[in-house]
Amino acid sequence: MNTPLFTPDEQKKFDAEIAELLSHYPADRKSAAMLPALRALQAIKGWCPPEGLALVAERLGTTRERAYEVASFYVMYHLKKPGKYTVDVCTNLSCSLWGAEKMLAYLEQKLGLKAGEANERFFLRETECLASCGTAPCLQINEDHHESLTRAKLDALIDKLP
Amino acid sequence: MAAPVIEPLISKYWGSPQSWTLDAYRKRGGYEGLKKALEMAPAAVIDEVKKSNLRGRGGAGFPTGLKWSFVPKDSPKPKYLAVNGDESEPGTFKDRYILELDPHMMLEGIAIAAWALGVHTCYVYLRGEFKFPAERCQAAIDEAYKAGIFGKKVLGKDFELNCYLVRGAGAYICGEETALLESLEGKKGWPRLKPPFPAVVGLFGCPTVVNNVETLASVPHVFAMGPEKYAKLGTDKSGGTRLVCLSGTVNRPGVYECSMHTTFNDLIFGDAYGRGLPNGRKVKAVIPGGSSAPVLSPHELGTAMEFEALKPLQSMAGSGGVIVMDDRTCMVRSLWRVARFYAEESCGQCTPCREGTPWQTRLLRKIEEGRADMEDLELLSNVATSIAPYPPIGLGNTICALGDAAALPTHSFLMRFRAEFEAHIHEKRCPFGDKPWGEFGEWS
Repeated sequence: MNTPLFTPDEQKKFDAEIAELLSHYPADRKSAAMLPALRALQAIKGWCPPEGLALVAERLGTTRERAYEVASFYVMYHLKKPGKYTVDVCTNLSCSLWGAEKMLAYLEQKLGLKAGEANERFFLRETECLASCGTAPCLQINEDHHESLTRAKLDALIDKLP
Repeated sequence: MAAPVIEPLISKYWGSPQSWTLDAYRKRGGYEGLKKALEMAPAAVIDEVKKSNLRGRGGAGFPTGLKWSFVPKDSPKPKYLAVNGDESEPGTFKDRYILELDPHMMLEGIAIAAWALGVHTCYVYLRGEFKFPAERCQAAIDEAYKAGIFGKKVLGKDFELNCYLVRGAGAYICGEETALLESLEGKKGWPRLKPPFPAVVGLFGCPTVVNNVETLASVPHVFAMGPEKYAKLGTDKSGGTRLVCLSGTVNRPGVYECSMHTTFNDLIFGDAYGRGLPNGRKVKAVIPGGSSAPVLSPHELGTAMEFEALKPLQSMAGSGGVIVMDDRTCMVRSLWRVARFYAEESCGQCTPCREGTPWQTRLLRKIEEGRADMEDLELLSNVATSIAPYPPIGLGNTICALGDAAALPTHSFLMRFRAEFEAHIHEKRCPFGDKPWGEFGEWS
């Protein structure tokens, strides 16, 4: 027998979230809630599993292909189960001028991963500009933002992650 | 002579305690502009914004009042307002501070715009990475509902306005207004062919105005001080003040609110702003308005950071992102970083952009690593021209301006720093060796 997608509590939370989201859009435009609905799914499961995409599509009155199309277009949806921490390092121009390439190299060594690789604990990747150009270099861990990073700050940040 | 340092309008209270709360905002006269606007007829509100010479702060600098006047008055369809908070243009980081530190200023602008346009539903679209700005903004929206600013009646007036916050999920393209609308409709962010423009056929096929966060945060000031006074703060064609984001090799990077008369030299060297470059370095190049804006040389920095002033230089004020590169920075490496970004963010819809942007990136990597010959330089130029010829700006062969945004840096770097590209080819290596970023600060 298949394991259900959600526990009863998770199901309740998901249903409430979808109901709230649908109230933000015209009644004949349910599929407009796709982005926030996928976000709700990922907030609960940690990623967007295929049966989750199917459920979102069903609730929004659209096809699972459409859900997959959207989930695969935007980088913040995980179609594979990521490590516990997704580390997004900005290496764009302003950050690189403040040493982001070296910071990334340091992180690669520290985490034992190349950018783009993942293990059980970390998923390390280069990312687009994070709007912290004035407080470079910067990165995000999951969705939390960290700026003006020094070696000491970065070490403390990574080492104290639970 | 340096332009005078002005009294800030938008950033004035960024350092004050609890600046993001409704209480604090009201104590300093917040929502008074909305009260004034609600006493006027909607058409008169649009006229006031026209008189103020307010121009869009998202990048294109389109006159805001004019944009509002394009919405058909007699349409039987509902009308929408979409706020563009997808701030993702490299070098740009101003809207997030409005969202974090003074979100009610933007919400007041939303309410005024909604009244002027006959809009009953507004969507605030923030880029997915903005978790903290989204939390602050949502808290402010909740406060506004509770205080009777949003909801069934706006400040007691028989006018309903609902406001919903939507977070994107990591796609630069959604800052393009029609891609933003597609995203709001729950789809991938593929820009739409224009015309029709969103003012006529926008969200859900209905008339829609898309305004940037800073643009809407400027609107209350037009009404609080009057449009004439607001216009006078700026130049003939650009009213008010503007937030400028200074980054790169400067002593004091950050967001500064400037007069439209402020020049790049004022910003980079002024005491009130950047305070020059560290360790006596010299400016080599400056990107004036986000990474897509054509790069400038040091002798061009006496120009005002304003939409019209940059046109004769074949560049643009864009989103206000000023990136300073010093004399120890490799221009090829810099352009490669920028090109790589556009290749990553191309949505894949138009062939010139989808194929051209990664091609640019590969060629630049080849040049940077000393593997290229002079033909590659011509090829790079040709690829950029196939995406969007230059000058002038705006001839792109693609549905949206991302193609232009990707080609303009290549054209302008090649135009102004060609010798450095050739040096890479002749020396068969990067002249900066393994130090393409000048090595300063913590990570040197």
